[in-house]
Amino acid sequence: MAFDEKVPAKPIDFEHDVIQKRPETTQTGLGRPGALSPTPGILADEDNAVFTTLAKLVDWARSRSPWPLGYGLACCAIEMMASAASHHDLSRFGAEVFRSSPRQADVMIVAGTVTHKMAPRLRRLYEQMPEPKWVIAMGNCASSGGEFWDSYATLQGVDTVVPVDVYVAGCPPRPEALTEGVLRLREKIARGG
Amino acid sequence: MAAEVRPALKRSDEERQIEEGAEVILPVSEDEGIETEELILNMGPQHPSTHGVLRLVLRLSGEKVVQCVPVMGYLHRGLEKIFEWRTYHQGIRYADQSDYVSNMLNEHAYAGAMEAIGGIDVPRRAEFIRVIVDEMSRCASHLVWLGTYGLDVGATTPMLYCFRDREEILDLFEELCGSRMNFNYFRPGGVLYDLPPGWLAKLSRFLDRYEKHIEDDYVRLLESNEIFLERTVGVGEIPPDVAVAYGLSGPIARGSGVEVDLRTARPYSIYPELTAMKPVIERQGDAYARYRVRVGEMRLAIRLIRECIDKLPGGAVRARLGHVWKCPKGEAYYTVEGAKGEVGIYMISNGGPNPFRAKMRGPSFVNLQILPWLLKDRLVSDAVAIMGSLDFVLGEVDR
Repeated sequence: MAFDEKVPAKPIDFEHDVIQKRPETTQTGLGRPGALSPTPGILADEDNAVFTTLAKLVDWARSRSPWPLGYGLACCAIEMMASAASHHDLSRFGAEVFRSSPRQADVMIVAGTVTHKMAPRLRRLYEQMPEPKWVIAMGNCASSGGEFWDSYATLQGVDTVVPVDVYVAGCPPRPEALTEGVLRLREKIARGG
Repeated sequence: MAAEVRPALKRSDEERQIEEGAEVILPVSEDEGIETEELILNMGPQHPSTHGVLRLVLRLSGEKVVQCVPVMGYLHRGLEKIFEWRTYHQGIRYADQSDYVSNMLNEHAYAGAMEAIGGIDVPRRAEFIRVIVDEMSRCASHLVWLGTYGLDVGATTPMLYCFRDREEILDLFEELCGSRMNFNYFRPGGVLYDLPPGWLAKLSRFLDRYEKHIEDDYVRLLESNEIFLERTVGVGEIPPDVAVAYGLSGPIARGSGVEVDLRTARPYSIYPELTAMKPVIERQGDAYARYRVRVGEMRLAIRLIRECIDKLPGGAVRARLGHVWKCPKGEAYYTVEGAKGEVGIYMISNGGPNPFRAKMRGPSFVNLQILPWLLKDRLVSDAVAIMGSLDFVLGEVDR
Protein backbone atom coordinates (compact mmCIF):
# COMPACT_ATOMS: atom_id res chain seq x y z
CA MET A 1 0.00 0.00 0.00
CA ALA A 2 1.41 3.36 -1.01
CA PHE A 3 1.70 5.99 1.67
CA ASP A 4 -0.85 8.37 0.07
CA GLU A 5 -3.42 5.65 -0.39
CA LYS A 6 -6.42 6.00 1.89
CA VAL A 7 -7.33 3.28 4.26
CA PRO A 8 -10.76 2.03 3.28
CA ALA A 9 -13.31 3.03 5.88
CA LYS A 10 -14.55 0.16 7.96
CA PRO A 11 -18.25 0.10 8.73
CA ILE A 12 -18.90 0.63 12.41
CA ASP A 13 -19.92 -2.51 14.14
CA PHE A 14 -22.18 -1.31 16.95
CA GLU A 15 -21.87 -4.47 19.04
CA HIS A 16 -18.12 -4.65 18.69
CA ASP A 17 -16.87 -1.06 18.70
CA VAL A 18 -19.33 1.03 20.65
CA ILE A 19 -20.28 -1.08 23.65
CA GLN A 20 -17.23 -1.17 25.90
CA LYS A 21 -17.11 -4.62 27.34
CA ARG A 22 -15.98 -4.84 30.91
CA PRO A 23 -12.72 -6.75 31.11
CA GLU A 24 -12.84 -9.91 33.09
CA THR A 25 -11.38 -9.27 36.51
CA THR A 26 -9.97 -11.50 39.15
CA GLN A 27 -10.73 -9.09 41.98
CA THR A 28 -12.41 -10.61 44.96
CA GLY A 29 -16.07 -11.03 44.23
CA LEU A 30 -16.14 -9.75 40.68
CA GLY A 31 -14.77 -12.61 38.63
CA ARG A 32 -16.45 -15.34 36.65
CA PRO A 33 -17.67 -18.16 38.80
CA GLY A 34 -14.90 -20.66 38.70
CA ALA A 35 -11.80 -21.97 40.35
CA LEU A 36 -10.08 -18.57 40.27
CA SER A 37 -12.94 -16.70 41.86
CA PRO A 38 -12.43 -16.38 45.62
CA THR A 39 -16.11 -15.79 46.35
CA PRO A 40 -18.15 -18.26 44.33
CA GLY A 41 -21.45 -16.76 45.40
CA ILE A 42 -20.97 -13.55 43.48
CA LEU A 43 -20.63 -13.58 39.75
CA ALA A 44 -20.37 -10.85 37.18
CA ASP A 45 -21.88 -11.55 33.83
CA GLU A 46 -20.51 -10.05 30.67
CA ASP A 47 -23.14 -7.36 30.45
CA ASN A 48 -22.35 -6.09 33.97
CA ALA A 49 -25.29 -7.64 35.74
CA VAL A 50 -24.40 -9.03 39.11
CA PHE A 51 -26.48 -11.76 40.65
CA THR A 52 -25.92 -12.41 44.30
CA THR A 53 -27.61 -12.56 47.64
CA LEU A 54 -27.89 -9.41 49.66
CA ALA A 55 -25.86 -10.88 52.51
CA LYS A 56 -22.96 -11.63 50.22
CA LEU A 57 -23.08 -8.18 48.69
CA VAL A 58 -23.03 -6.62 52.16
CA ASP A 59 -20.08 -8.78 53.16
CA TRP A 60 -18.22 -7.79 50.02
CA ALA A 61 -18.94 -4.11 50.61
CA ARG A 62 -17.82 -4.35 54.22
CA SER A 63 -14.55 -5.96 53.26
CA ARG A 64 -13.55 -3.00 51.11
CA SER A 65 -12.96 -0.49 53.91
CA PRO A 66 -12.24 -1.91 57.33
CA TRP A 67 -11.54 1.17 59.44
CA PRO A 68 -9.09 0.43 62.22
CA LEU A 69 -9.17 1.81 65.73
CA GLY A 70 -6.24 4.18 66.22
CA TYR A 71 -4.80 2.39 69.12
CA GLY A 72 -1.06 1.95 69.56
CA LEU A 73 0.41 0.12 72.48
CA ALA A 74 4.12 -0.30 71.91
CA CYS A 75 6.75 -0.70 69.22
CA CYS A 76 4.32 -2.14 66.67
CA ALA A 77 2.36 1.11 66.80
CA ILE A 78 5.26 2.86 65.07
CA GLU A 79 5.19 0.28 62.29
CA MET A 80 1.41 0.65 62.13
CA MET A 81 1.89 4.39 61.65
CA ALA A 82 4.53 3.68 59.03
CA SER A 83 2.19 1.42 57.11
CA ALA A 84 -0.47 4.11 57.10
CA ALA A 85 2.01 6.82 56.10
CA SER A 86 3.29 7.81 52.70
CA HIS A 87 5.63 4.99 51.76
CA HIS A 88 3.47 1.94 52.40
CA ASP A 89 0.12 3.70 52.09
CA LEU A 90 -2.45 1.39 53.62
CA SER A 91 -5.20 3.50 52.05
CA ARG A 92 -4.74 1.49 48.86
CA PHE A 93 -6.73 -1.15 50.69
CA GLY A 94 -9.19 1.15 52.38
CA ALA A 95 -7.84 0.70 55.87
CA GLU A 96 -6.06 3.98 56.51
CA VAL A 97 -8.80 5.86 58.37
CA PHE A 98 -7.65 5.40 61.94
CA ARG A 99 -10.61 6.32 64.10
CA SER A 100 -9.92 7.66 67.55
CA SER A 101 -13.25 6.49 68.89
CA PRO A 102 -14.04 2.78 69.15
CA ARG A 103 -17.64 3.54 68.20
CA GLN A 104 -16.57 4.34 64.63
CA ALA A 105 -14.10 1.51 64.12
CA ASP A 106 -14.47 -1.88 62.48
CA VAL A 107 -11.09 -3.44 63.15
CA MET A 108 -8.99 -3.31 66.26
CA ILE A 109 -5.31 -3.67 65.45
CA VAL A 110 -3.69 -4.67 68.74
CA ALA A 111 -0.27 -3.23 68.04
CA GLY A 112 2.07 -4.09 70.86
CA THR A 113 2.47 -5.71 74.22
CA VAL A 114 -0.69 -6.00 76.28
CA THR A 115 0.01 -5.77 79.98
CA HIS A 116 -2.17 -6.96 82.81
CA LYS A 117 -3.02 -3.37 83.61
CA MET A 118 -4.04 -2.66 80.02
CA ALA A 119 -6.05 -5.84 79.41
CA PRO A 120 -9.34 -4.68 81.05
CA ARG A 121 -9.17 -1.43 79.07
CA LEU A 122 -8.56 -3.36 75.88
CA ARG A 123 -11.56 -5.54 76.57
CA ARG A 124 -13.68 -2.47 77.26
CA LEU A 125 -12.58 -0.85 74.01
CA TYR A 126 -13.49 -4.06 72.18
CA GLU A 127 -16.92 -4.06 73.75
CA GLN A 128 -17.43 -0.43 72.77
CA MET A 129 -16.88 -1.20 69.10
CA PRO A 130 -20.09 -1.77 67.14
CA GLU A 131 -20.83 -5.12 65.50
CA PRO A 132 -19.54 -6.49 63.22
CA LYS A 133 -16.00 -6.16 64.49
CA TRP A 134 -12.69 -7.86 63.88
CA VAL A 135 -9.36 -8.03 65.66
CA ILE A 136 -5.87 -8.22 64.18
CA ALA A 137 -3.16 -9.27 66.64
CA MET A 138 -0.11 -7.46 65.33
CA GLY A 139 3.28 -8.73 66.36
CA ASN A 140 4.56 -11.55 68.50
CA CYS A 141 3.65 -9.91 71.81
CA ALA A 142 -0.01 -9.60 70.92
CA SER A 143 -0.12 -13.01 69.24
CA SER A 144 1.49 -15.18 71.86
CA GLY A 145 3.42 -13.14 74.39
CA GLY A 146 6.47 -13.16 72.15
CA GLU A 147 9.73 -12.25 73.75
CA PHE A 148 7.98 -11.34 76.97
CA TRP A 149 6.97 -14.95 77.45
CA ASP A 150 8.25 -15.01 81.02
CA SER A 151 7.46 -11.48 82.08
CA TYR A 152 5.36 -11.06 85.20
CA ALA A 153 3.46 -8.10 83.81
CA THR A 154 2.33 -9.01 80.31
CA LEU A 155 -0.53 -10.96 78.83
CA GLN A 156 0.49 -14.11 76.94
CA GLY A 157 -1.38 -13.34 73.77
CA VAL A 158 -4.32 -11.02 73.32
CA ASP A 159 -6.58 -13.94 72.37
CA THR A 160 -6.97 -14.61 76.07
CA VAL A 161 -9.02 -11.40 76.26
CA VAL A 162 -10.64 -10.81 72.87
CA PRO A 163 -11.30 -13.13 69.89
CA VAL A 164 -8.63 -12.67 67.24
CA ASP A 165 -9.25 -13.04 63.50
CA VAL A 166 -5.80 -12.54 62.01
CA TYR A 167 -2.40 -13.01 63.60
CA VAL A 168 0.54 -11.14 62.10
CA ALA A 169 3.95 -12.47 63.08
CA GLY A 170 7.10 -10.40 63.46
CA CYS A 171 8.81 -8.26 66.02
CA PRO A 172 7.65 -5.81 64.92
CA PRO A 173 6.02 -6.98 61.68
CA ARG A 174 7.07 -5.05 58.63
CA PRO A 175 4.42 -2.73 57.18
CA GLU A 176 4.12 -5.17 54.30
CA ALA A 177 3.22 -7.89 56.78
CA LEU A 178 0.51 -5.75 58.32
CA THR A 179 -0.82 -4.97 54.85
CA GLU A 180 -0.92 -8.69 54.17
CA GLY A 181 -2.82 -9.14 57.43
CA VAL A 182 -5.36 -6.53 56.39
CA LEU A 183 -5.75 -8.25 53.01
CA ARG A 184 -6.32 -11.60 54.68
CA LEU A 185 -8.91 -9.97 56.89
CA ARG A 186 -10.62 -8.56 53.80
CA GLU A 187 -10.82 -12.04 52.35
CA LYS A 188 -12.26 -13.30 55.58
CA ILE A 189 -14.86 -10.55 55.75
CA ALA A 190 -15.83 -11.12 52.10
CA ARG A 191 -16.41 -14.78 52.87
CA GLY A 192 -18.81 -13.72 55.55
CA GLY A 193 -16.46 -14.09 58.55
CA MET B 1 16.82 8.55 111.37
CA ALA B 2 13.87 8.38 109.08
CA ALA B 3 14.63 8.88 105.45
CA GLU B 4 13.55 12.22 104.14
CA VAL B 5 10.73 11.92 101.64
CA ARG B 6 11.11 14.16 98.67
CA PRO B 7 7.96 16.11 97.91
CA ALA B 8 7.82 14.89 94.32
CA LEU B 9 7.51 11.29 95.47
CA LYS B 10 4.61 11.92 97.84
CA ARG B 11 1.20 11.29 96.47
CA SER B 12 -1.61 12.95 98.30
CA ASP B 13 -4.82 11.14 99.21
CA GLU B 14 -6.70 13.47 96.93
CA GLU B 15 -4.54 12.56 93.93
CA ARG B 16 -5.03 8.89 94.66
CA GLN B 17 -8.80 9.40 94.83
CA ILE B 18 -8.79 11.22 91.52
CA GLU B 19 -6.72 8.47 89.91
CA GLU B 20 -8.98 5.71 91.14
CA GLY B 21 -12.11 7.59 90.17
CA ALA B 22 -13.40 7.47 93.73
CA GLU B 23 -15.91 9.97 95.00
CA VAL B 24 -14.18 13.32 95.04
CA ILE B 25 -16.11 16.33 96.19
CA LEU B 26 -15.36 19.00 93.66
CA PRO B 27 -15.48 22.62 94.74
CA VAL B 28 -17.53 25.22 92.95
CA SER B 29 -15.39 28.10 91.82
CA GLU B 30 -16.37 31.50 90.59
CA ASP B 31 -14.54 32.55 87.49
CA GLU B 32 -15.25 35.90 85.82
CA GLY B 33 -18.57 36.11 87.58
CA ILE B 34 -19.77 32.73 86.32
CA GLU B 35 -20.25 29.95 88.77
CA THR B 36 -18.40 26.88 87.49
CA GLU B 37 -18.40 23.43 88.90
CA GLU B 38 -15.11 21.66 88.57
CA LEU B 39 -14.96 18.70 86.25
CA ILE B 40 -12.75 15.66 86.07
CA LEU B 41 -11.68 14.77 82.56
CA ASN B 42 -10.10 11.42 81.91
CA MET B 43 -7.66 11.39 79.01
CA GLY B 44 -6.36 8.07 77.83
CA PRO B 45 -5.07 5.38 78.01
CA GLN B 46 -6.45 5.15 74.50
CA HIS B 47 -6.05 8.66 73.18
CA PRO B 48 -4.37 9.64 69.92
CA SER B 49 -2.40 12.47 71.49
CA THR B 50 -0.92 10.72 74.49
CA HIS B 51 1.53 8.90 72.17
CA GLY B 52 0.89 5.49 73.58
CA VAL B 53 -0.90 4.43 76.67
CA LEU B 54 -0.43 7.28 79.11
CA ARG B 55 -3.49 8.23 81.10
CA LEU B 56 -3.99 11.75 82.36
CA VAL B 57 -6.67 12.73 84.81
CA LEU B 58 -7.30 16.44 84.48
CA ARG B 59 -9.28 18.47 86.97
CA LEU B 60 -10.78 21.34 85.07
CA SER B 61 -12.34 24.57 86.18
CA GLY B 62 -14.03 25.80 83.05
CA GLU B 63 -11.32 25.76 80.40
CA LYS B 64 -8.49 25.83 82.89
CA VAL B 65 -6.58 22.83 84.17
CA VAL B 66 -6.47 22.97 87.97
CA GLN B 67 -4.65 19.73 88.51
CA CYS B 68 -3.15 17.01 86.38
CA VAL B 69 -2.52 13.50 87.65
CA PRO B 70 -0.58 11.28 85.24
CA VAL B 71 -1.26 7.57 85.61
CA MET B 72 1.42 5.30 84.22
CA GLY B 73 2.20 1.63 84.03
CA TYR B 74 -0.05 0.56 81.17
CA LEU B 75 3.03 -0.61 79.27
CA HIS B 76 5.06 -1.92 82.18
CA ARG B 77 6.63 -5.07 80.79
CA GLY B 78 9.16 -5.74 83.53
CA LEU B 79 12.19 -5.01 81.36
CA GLU B 80 14.58 -4.55 84.27
CA LYS B 81 13.61 -7.92 85.73
CA ILE B 82 13.98 -9.55 82.33
CA PHE B 83 17.53 -8.13 82.10
CA GLU B 84 18.34 -10.19 85.20
CA TRP B 85 16.94 -13.37 83.67
CA ARG B 86 18.76 -13.11 80.35
CA THR B 87 22.44 -13.40 79.55
CA TYR B 88 24.40 -10.27 78.74
CA HIS B 89 24.08 -10.75 75.01
CA GLN B 90 20.37 -11.48 75.14
CA GLY B 91 19.77 -8.34 77.17
CA ILE B 92 20.78 -6.11 74.27
CA ARG B 93 17.68 -7.21 72.43
CA TYR B 94 15.51 -6.14 75.35
CA ALA B 95 17.24 -2.78 75.69
CA ASP B 96 15.87 -2.11 72.21
CA GLN B 97 12.35 -2.34 73.48
CA SER B 98 12.66 0.45 75.99
CA ASP B 99 12.68 3.50 73.73
CA TYR B 100 11.35 1.86 70.62
CA VAL B 101 11.67 4.94 68.45
CA SER B 102 15.45 5.33 68.81
CA ASN B 103 16.56 1.78 69.54
CA MET B 104 20.26 2.08 68.74
CA LEU B 105 20.84 4.58 71.54
CA ASN B 106 19.53 2.20 74.20
CA GLU B 107 21.72 -0.54 72.85
CA HIS B 108 24.69 1.79 73.05
CA ALA B 109 24.01 2.43 76.73
CA TYR B 110 23.60 -1.26 77.48
CA ALA B 111 26.70 -2.33 75.57
CA GLY B 112 28.63 0.58 77.06
CA ALA B 113 27.80 -0.51 80.60
CA MET B 114 29.11 -4.01 79.86
CA GLU B 115 32.28 -2.57 78.39
CA ALA B 116 32.77 -0.31 81.40
CA ILE B 117 32.55 -3.28 83.78
CA GLY B 118 34.67 -5.59 81.67
CA GLY B 119 37.21 -2.94 80.67
CA ILE B 120 36.83 -3.83 77.01
CA ASP B 121 38.50 -1.67 74.39
CA VAL B 122 36.30 -1.00 71.39
CA PRO B 123 38.02 -0.89 67.98
CA ARG B 124 38.10 2.56 66.44
CA ARG B 125 36.11 1.56 63.39
CA ALA B 126 33.37 0.20 65.61
CA GLU B 127 33.19 3.48 67.52
CA PHE B 128 32.73 5.39 64.29
CA ILE B 129 30.03 3.00 63.11
CA ARG B 130 28.34 3.36 66.48
CA VAL B 131 28.24 7.13 66.19
CA ILE B 132 26.86 6.88 62.65
CA VAL B 133 24.02 4.57 63.64
CA ASP B 134 23.36 6.54 66.84
CA GLU B 135 22.87 9.74 64.91
CA MET B 136 20.72 8.01 62.32
CA SER B 137 18.59 6.63 65.11
CA ARG B 138 18.32 10.09 66.64
CA CYS B 139 17.12 11.42 63.30
CA ALA B 140 14.55 8.63 63.06
CA SER B 141 13.26 9.50 66.51
CA HIS B 142 13.06 13.22 65.83
CA LEU B 143 11.30 12.54 62.53
CA VAL B 144 8.60 10.53 64.28
CA TRP B 145 8.28 13.30 66.84
CA LEU B 146 8.04 16.00 64.20
CA GLY B 147 5.37 14.13 62.29
CA THR B 148 3.22 13.28 65.28
CA TYR B 149 3.63 16.71 66.82
CA GLY B 150 2.39 18.18 63.57
CA LEU B 151 -0.66 15.95 63.90
CA ASP B 152 -1.13 17.06 67.51
CA VAL B 153 -1.28 20.73 66.66
CA GLY B 154 -3.32 20.26 63.51
CA ALA B 155 -0.88 19.88 60.62
CA THR B 156 -1.33 16.58 58.81
CA THR B 157 1.17 16.98 56.00
CA PRO B 158 4.49 16.89 57.93
CA MET B 159 3.80 13.35 59.05
CA LEU B 160 3.67 12.07 55.49
CA TYR B 161 6.95 13.79 54.68
CA CYS B 162 8.65 12.70 57.90
CA PHE B 163 7.82 9.06 57.42
CA ARG B 164 9.19 9.23 53.89
CA ASP B 165 12.64 10.04 55.25
CA ARG B 166 12.29 7.69 58.19
CA GLU B 167 11.60 4.84 55.79
CA GLU B 168 14.88 5.54 54.05
CA ILE B 169 16.74 5.45 57.37
CA LEU B 170 15.04 2.18 58.28
CA ASP B 171 15.91 0.71 54.89
CA LEU B 172 19.56 1.51 55.55
CA PHE B 173 19.31 -0.08 58.99
CA GLU B 174 17.70 -3.13 57.50
CA GLU B 175 20.55 -3.53 55.08
CA LEU B 176 22.98 -3.15 57.97
CA CYS B 177 21.51 -5.56 60.50
CA GLY B 178 18.48 -7.20 58.99
CA SER B 179 15.75 -5.56 61.01
CA ARG B 180 13.80 -2.37 60.69
CA MET B 181 13.25 -1.55 64.32
CA ASN B 182 14.57 -3.91 66.97
CA PHE B 183 18.09 -4.15 65.69
CA ASN B 184 20.18 -6.20 68.14
CA TYR B 185 23.24 -4.66 66.51
CA PHE B 186 25.52 -3.60 69.34
CA ARG B 187 27.80 -6.09 71.04
CA PRO B 188 30.14 -5.70 73.99
CA GLY B 189 33.32 -4.56 72.29
CA GLY B 190 31.91 -3.36 69.01
CA VAL B 191 29.07 -4.02 66.66
CA LEU B 192 27.75 -7.19 65.08
CA TYR B 193 28.49 -6.65 61.39
CA ASP B 194 30.72 -4.43 59.34
CA LEU B 195 29.08 -2.04 56.88
CA PRO B 196 27.85 -3.77 53.72
CA PRO B 197 29.55 -2.75 50.46
CA GLY B 198 28.09 0.41 48.99
CA TRP B 199 26.25 1.30 52.19
CA LEU B 200 28.21 4.46 52.89
CA ALA B 201 27.59 5.77 49.39
CA LYS B 202 23.88 5.15 49.83
CA LEU B 203 23.98 6.88 53.20
CA SER B 204 25.69 9.98 51.88
CA ARG B 205 23.29 10.19 48.95
CA PHE B 206 20.44 9.94 51.44
CA LEU B 207 21.98 12.66 53.61
CA ASP B 208 22.07 15.05 50.65
CA ARG B 209 18.38 14.48 49.98
CA TYR B 210 17.50 14.60 53.66
CA GLU B 211 19.33 17.87 54.20
CA LYS B 212 17.33 19.44 51.42
CA HIS B 213 14.09 17.98 52.79
CA ILE B 214 14.68 19.53 56.22
CA GLU B 215 14.95 23.03 54.78
CA ASP B 216 12.43 22.66 51.96
CA ASP B 217 9.74 20.62 53.62
CA TYR B 218 9.76 20.56 57.39
CA VAL B 219 11.01 24.02 58.18
CA ARG B 220 9.03 25.66 55.40
CA LEU B 221 5.85 23.75 56.21
CA LEU B 222 5.92 24.42 59.92
CA GLU B 223 7.72 27.70 60.48
CA SER B 224 5.59 29.52 57.95
CA ASN B 225 2.44 27.98 59.35
CA GLU B 226 0.50 30.54 61.35
CA ILE B 227 -1.42 27.92 63.31
CA PHE B 228 1.72 26.05 64.28
CA LEU B 229 3.37 29.25 65.52
CA GLU B 230 0.26 30.32 67.43
CA ARG B 231 0.06 27.00 69.19
CA THR B 232 3.74 26.65 70.09
CA VAL B 233 5.34 30.06 70.63
CA GLY B 234 5.14 30.96 74.29
CA VAL B 235 3.32 27.76 75.19
CA GLY B 236 4.63 25.55 77.98
CA GLU B 237 7.57 27.66 79.05
CA ILE B 238 10.08 25.98 81.34
CA PRO B 239 12.58 28.32 83.05
CA PRO B 240 16.13 26.94 83.24
CA ASP B 241 16.14 26.66 87.05
CA VAL B 242 12.93 24.60 86.98
CA ALA B 243 14.38 22.39 84.26
CA VAL B 244 17.40 21.69 86.43
CA ALA B 245 15.29 21.17 89.55
CA TYR B 246 13.15 18.56 87.79
CA GLY B 247 16.20 16.79 86.39
CA LEU B 248 15.22 17.29 82.76
CA SER B 249 17.68 16.36 80.08
CA GLY B 250 17.91 16.22 76.34
CA PRO B 251 16.19 18.61 73.94
CA ILE B 252 13.78 19.82 76.65
CA ALA B 253 16.60 21.03 78.90
CA ARG B 254 18.51 22.47 75.96
CA GLY B 255 15.40 24.26 74.79
CA SER B 256 15.33 26.00 78.17
CA GLY B 257 18.92 27.15 77.84
CA VAL B 258 20.50 24.54 80.09
CA GLU B 259 23.74 23.61 78.40
CA VAL B 260 23.69 19.92 79.08
CA ASP B 261 24.57 17.60 76.24
CA LEU B 262 26.22 14.39 77.36
CA ARG B 263 28.09 14.16 74.08
CA THR B 264 30.20 17.10 75.23
CA ALA B 265 29.46 17.31 78.96
CA ARG B 266 30.24 13.66 79.74
CA PRO B 267 31.99 12.59 76.54
CA TYR B 268 31.80 9.01 75.40
CA SER B 269 32.75 7.10 72.27
CA ILE B 270 34.52 9.36 69.75
CA TYR B 271 32.40 12.46 70.20
CA PRO B 272 35.28 14.56 71.62
CA GLU B 273 37.19 14.05 68.36
CA LEU B 274 34.41 15.30 66.13
CA THR B 275 34.78 18.97 65.30
CA ALA B 276 31.16 19.29 64.17
CA MET B 277 29.87 18.44 67.65
CA LYS B 278 28.39 21.62 69.04
CA PRO B 279 25.29 21.35 71.25
CA VAL B 280 22.12 23.00 69.97
CA ILE B 281 20.88 25.42 72.62
CA GLU B 282 17.77 27.59 72.57
CA ARG B 283 16.91 30.05 75.31
CA GLN B 284 13.15 30.62 75.18
CA GLY B 285 12.08 27.40 76.87
CA ASP B 286 8.72 27.10 75.13
CA ALA B 287 7.38 24.40 72.84
CA TYR B 288 8.70 26.26 69.82
CA ALA B 289 12.22 26.30 71.27
CA ARG B 290 12.05 22.56 71.80
CA TYR B 291 10.99 22.17 68.17
CA ARG B 292 13.95 24.33 67.12
CA VAL B 293 16.35 22.23 69.17
CA ARG B 294 15.13 19.00 67.59
CA VAL B 295 15.34 20.36 64.07
CA GLY B 296 18.81 21.70 64.93
CA GLU B 297 19.80 18.25 66.14
CA MET B 298 18.71 16.72 62.87
CA ARG B 299 21.01 19.15 61.05
CA LEU B 300 23.77 18.45 63.58
CA ALA B 301 23.36 14.71 63.04
CA ILE B 302 23.91 15.17 59.31
CA ARG B 303 27.14 17.07 59.96
CA LEU B 304 28.31 14.44 62.47
CA ILE B 305 27.58 11.51 60.15
CA ARG B 306 29.38 13.25 57.28
CA GLU B 307 32.44 13.83 59.45
CA CYS B 308 32.37 10.20 60.58
CA ILE B 309 32.19 9.00 56.99
CA ASP B 310 35.19 11.17 56.12
CA LYS B 311 37.28 9.97 59.04
CA LEU B 312 36.13 6.34 59.08
CA PRO B 313 39.18 4.14 59.70
CA GLY B 314 39.60 0.52 58.64
CA GLY B 315 40.08 -2.48 60.86
CA ALA B 316 37.97 -4.80 62.94
CA VAL B 317 34.49 -3.89 64.14
CA ARG B 318 34.44 -6.14 67.17
CA ALA B 319 36.93 -6.81 69.94
CA ARG B 320 37.96 -10.45 70.30
CA LEU B 321 36.42 -11.61 73.54
CA GLY B 322 36.69 -15.34 73.10
CA HIS B 323 33.91 -17.76 72.51
CA VAL B 324 32.35 -17.59 75.95
CA TRP B 325 32.70 -14.17 77.45
CA LYS B 326 32.02 -13.74 81.13
CA CYS B 327 31.50 -10.33 82.61
CA PRO B 328 33.79 -9.83 85.62
CA LYS B 329 32.51 -8.65 88.97
CA GLY B 330 31.83 -4.97 89.20
CA GLU B 331 29.34 -2.25 88.59
CA ALA B 332 29.10 0.68 86.24
CA TYR B 333 26.79 3.47 85.17
CA TYR B 334 27.05 4.32 81.52
CA THR B 335 25.16 7.19 79.93
CA VAL B 336 24.41 8.05 76.37
CA GLU B 337 22.78 11.20 75.06
CA GLY B 338 19.60 9.69 73.75
CA ALA B 339 17.02 11.28 71.52
CA LYS B 340 14.98 12.21 74.59
CA GLY B 341 17.75 12.86 77.07
CA GLU B 342 20.11 10.96 79.29
CA VAL B 343 19.79 7.22 78.66
CA GLY B 344 21.67 5.46 81.41
CA ILE B 345 22.22 1.86 82.42
CA TYR B 346 23.40 1.06 85.91
CA MET B 347 24.64 -2.48 85.78
CA ILE B 348 25.89 -4.68 88.59
CA SER B 349 27.65 -7.91 87.75
CA ASN B 350 28.49 -10.63 90.25
CA GLY B 351 30.46 -12.69 87.79
CA GLY B 352 27.56 -14.87 86.73
CA PRO B 353 26.14 -15.35 83.26
CA ASN B 354 23.39 -12.76 83.83
CA PRO B 355 23.56 -9.23 85.18
CA PHE B 356 22.77 -9.12 88.87
CA ARG B 357 20.88 -5.89 88.28
CA ALA B 358 20.45 -3.60 85.32
CA LYS B 359 18.65 -0.38 86.15
CA MET B 360 17.63 1.74 83.26
CA ARG B 361 17.32 5.48 83.52
CA GLY B 362 14.73 6.37 80.95
CA PRO B 363 14.81 10.06 80.08
CA SER B 364 11.12 10.08 79.16
CA PHE B 365 10.18 8.98 82.66
CA VAL B 366 12.14 11.79 84.26
CA ASN B 367 10.97 14.35 81.70
CA LEU B 368 7.35 13.37 82.17
CA GLN B 369 7.30 14.46 85.81
CA ILE B 370 7.25 18.12 84.82
CA LEU B 371 3.90 17.66 83.07
CA PRO B 372 1.66 18.41 86.12
CA TRP B 373 3.72 21.53 86.80
CA LEU B 374 3.43 22.63 83.17
CA LEU B 375 -0.28 21.98 82.79
CA LYS B 376 -1.32 23.73 85.99
CA ASP B 377 -3.43 26.83 85.27
CA ARG B 378 -3.12 26.27 81.54
CA LEU B 379 -5.96 26.02 79.07
CA VAL B 380 -7.07 22.49 78.36
CA SER B 381 -6.63 23.13 74.64
CA ASP B 382 -2.91 23.71 75.25
CA ALA B 383 -2.56 20.40 77.08
CA VAL B 384 -1.97 18.39 73.91
CA ALA B 385 0.45 20.94 72.47
CA ILE B 386 2.48 20.93 75.70
CA MET B 387 2.37 17.19 76.14
CA GLY B 388 3.48 16.56 72.57
CA SER B 389 6.40 18.95 72.88
CA LEU B 390 7.84 16.90 75.74
CA ASP B 391 8.33 13.93 73.36
CA PHE B 392 8.04 10.98 75.67
CA VAL B 393 7.79 7.36 74.65
CA LEU B 394 5.70 5.21 76.90
CA GLY B 395 7.90 2.17 76.46
CA GLU B 396 10.62 4.09 78.22
CA VAL B 397 8.37 5.63 80.84
CA ASP B 398 6.95 2.34 82.03
CA ARG B 399 9.75 0.01 80.86
